[in-house]
Amino acid sequence: MTDVLAVLAIGFVAGMAAGLLGIGGGALFVPALVLFLGLSQLEAQATSLLAIVPVALVGAARQHRYGNLRVRDGLVMGVLATAGAAGGVVLANALPERALEISFAMLQFVVAAQLARRALAERTEEKEQTA
Amino acid sequence: MPRLLRLAVAGTAAGAFSGLFGVGGGVVMVPLLILWLGYGEREATGTSLAAMVVIVGVAAALQAAYGNVDVAKGVLIGIPAVGGVIAGTALQQRLPTRAIALGFAAFLVASGIALIL
Repeated sequence: MTDVLAVLAIGFVAGMAAGLLGIGGGALFVPALVLFLGLSQLEAQATSLLAIVPVALVGAARQHRYGNLRVRDGLVMGVLATAGAAGGVVLANALPERALEISFAMLQFVVAAQLARRALAERTEEKEQTA
Repeated sequence: MPRLLRLAVAGTAAGAFSGLFGVGGGVVMVPLLILWLGYGEREATGTSLAAMVVIVGVAAALQAAYGNVDVAKGVLIGIPAVGGVIAGTALQQRLPTRAIALGFAAFLVASGIALIL
């Protein structure tokens, strides 16, 4: 029961991060599904993809209403991405579980570094604006 | 580089990340839209979410064909996340995202360590 509550809470936080930062749905879904719901790394990644569908759909619809969506660019980029997405899924299914776990963890560190850099760059810009 | 080619490169890289790691690919698209296509932060996250609908739709369908998707658990974590993304996009219109980004970065490092251990 506590595990289910943890997953509900993490789901909410992950959606919030996706809305605020454009990053974070899957980066939180995957570890939550592994650590709290006992899925394997591969199953967690596959399930995370399914969970992101409604989040991205609703998030994009809200951003469209706020005037922050360039629909044409988004669709062009999405359609051109499908070959890469299919290749990634095939590769994920071919790799050993341990290799997936370690490379996913590396991705977490890269995402963390990128967020930190974006945050620090924003602060520099703010300082420049006030100066 | 022509604009369409930039979108293709960003999309392909995001798609590969998405399929390989089970994420949306925002980590690739958001910075590339900002750096290569001159997007603002909010436009980049919004447009990335739109592309993500197509990307994760394809990747999830293919993973389902492999028999790896647990629909019940996906619903369990996805439904509260829909509430979260509505709150997150609303907050994004008002808040500086700096502090949130730093806190989230720390959280990701911790969860990465937990996965390796």
